[in-house]
Amino acid sequence: MKPKTNLHPKWRELKLTGRLLRSNPTAMAGLIILVAMGLMALCAGWLAPYDPIKLSLGERLQPPGAVHWFGTDEMGRDILSRVMFGARISLRIGFVVICIAGGLGSVIGAVAGYYGGRVDNIIMRVMDVILSFPSLVLAMALAAAMGPSLNNAIMAVAFVMIPKFARLVRGEALSVKEMPFIAAARVSGARNRWIIAHHILPNCLNSVIVLGTLTLGDTILIAASLSFIGLGAQPPTPEWGAMISVGRKFLLDQWWYATFPGLFILTTVIGFNILGDALRDILDPRIRR
Amino acid sequence: MRILQYILRRLFYMIPVLFGVTILVFVISHAIPGDPAKMIAGPKASRQAIENIRKSHGLDQPLPIQYIRFVTGLVKGDLGVSIRNHRPVTHDLKDFLPATLELTLASIVICLGVGIPLGIISAVHRNRLPDHFTRVFSVFGVSMPVFWLGLMLLLLLFYRNLGWLPGSGRLDIDFSPPVHVTGLYLIDSLLDGQFDTFFNAAAHILLPAFCLSYVYLAIVTRIVRSSMIEVLGQDFIITARANGIAETAIVLKHAFKNSLIPTVTITGLSFGELLGGAILTETIFGWPGMGKYVVDSVNYLDFPAIMGFTLIVALVYVSINLLVDVLYAFLNPRIQY
Repeated sequence: MKPKTNLHPKWRELKLTGRLLRSNPTAMAGLIILVAMGLMALCAGWLAPYDPIKLSLGERLQPPGAVHWFGTDEMGRDILSRVMFGARISLRIGFVVICIAGGLGSVIGAVAGYYGGRVDNIIMRVMDVILSFPSLVLAMALAAAMGPSLNNAIMAVAFVMIPKFARLVRGEALSVKEMPFIAAARVSGARNRWIIAHHILPNCLNSVIVLGTLTLGDTILIAASLSFIGLGAQPPTPEWGAMISVGRKFLLDQWWYATFPGLFILTTVIGFNILGDALRDILDPRIRR
Repeated sequence: MRILQYILRRLFYMIPVLFGVTILVFVISHAIPGDPAKMIAGPKASRQAIENIRKSHGLDQPLPIQYIRFVTGLVKGDLGVSIRNHRPVTHDLKDFLPATLELTLASIVICLGVGIPLGIISAVHRNRLPDHFTRVFSVFGVSMPVFWLGLMLLLLLFYRNLGWLPGSGRLDIDFSPPVHVTGLYLIDSLLDGQFDTFFNAAAHILLPAFCLSYVYLAIVTRIVRSSMIEVLGQDFIITARANGIAETAIVLKHAFKNSLIPTVTITGLSFGELLGGAILTETIFGWPGMGKYVVDSVNYLDFPAIMGFTLIVALVYVSINLLVDVLYAFLNPRIQY
């Protein structure tokens, strides 16, 4: 069949995805939430009305009002500004974790699926062991072992997320490797490593993107939970989970302290979840076009 | 007979997983931190104290020998001694396990009791108001930070002074715990015939259990909805309708029964994650279970306690997944073993 336009097939696919995305209201809602959060994170330096770290003890625990929209914390810092800078941290955690876990997990899964046999067996049993722990529990144990810090928390969460990607890509690799073009590549002398990098992995990209979007929400939740129990970002870093952890002590008299950071976690994760759900439908080749 | 064989084989498959779980916990506790002896001795220990611990815990031995000692200790029920209170970790966990079990079981009851009907209603009224409502409800569920939800529930309760439900803990101070049979207050008090204790315990568990269940409630609802939609579209349902069977009977007897398998799977998986979520919920609601215990341990960097908890939770999780696999065999006679 001849293509209708003379665009490169990759671009045509991308244009189609864009069109399907635009015609899907939930996907657009998710996208708008995320773009807003992303802009807020990028421009926190200009948008935030106050310094997120600087103490101002004269203005401790002010209720929300015209001066401080979201009130202030126990050090007199503006909660709105802290929440804005917090978006930077949470989104960064999410993306770094997904890049590490998605990258490593995809390669591990592709290797397992492509080679099969004993390699597959060993790799997948190791993944099963990681999956034998509830994600938050394993992440907590790892983060505690490495010591409480934001970077350690990121590594802990990434480790926990690897098997999710490995399982997905392995499944895809199993079906992709049976396709005729793989046999053709092999006949024309391509080495296994080249086939994995140039044929197997690119063909799994759609599913990895969908899983990545959906997992981003979970990642942000787990990272915030770690910070909440004291294993992630350390004060005075304006991380949402850590803010809630401190705000908890002021819950009954200063309700705004714990409330606003939580609302932002909820909104961001909703954004990723509804966009991910919609992407899953859009990128599914069975219902495409 | 074949089911028995299948169960035995599944038990056999568990061995490598258990082996892997102990290896992973061992690696985390012995190899990742710079110096496990320093970890056990605590942050303020002197150099001499650290050396003593290294000797007495056998940490100067090669890693494989340490691993064998770790596993032999484990088989005997020895998870080391807590840094914080100098009690064997096993004793602590044994004391705190019933509270956590009660909380997670109550959450499962809420998950299934609310999630299944919601899922069914949503599937039957697909793309109409109840369905939209349920979908919004579940998107919020899967996106909710559990610890924040707990705080907001508490805030609502106390700030507004509703006075419907009691505060933290498992019982009011003027109640004494029922005679220990199962360790679950709700069951023990009923066995003992103490109904006022039962109602007090029930009032205490309601909020934390709801908070913990919300995420998985959303997941159960989603799964029930999608599998019901799938089943409702199948030929045998059309045949049943053509035969004039009442719609309620079709939905509840024919369709729901066939959508049970994914529901059981997700319940099994959720149970493990609920144990993880219990860490946060128990901390918020002052629920004296393993989760609160482990967070207190994290604050002290009480390493043996953290690793003991991790290991126990993994063992429970693996056992539940085994149970789920066995349940399949009974639920779906079509599965070939």
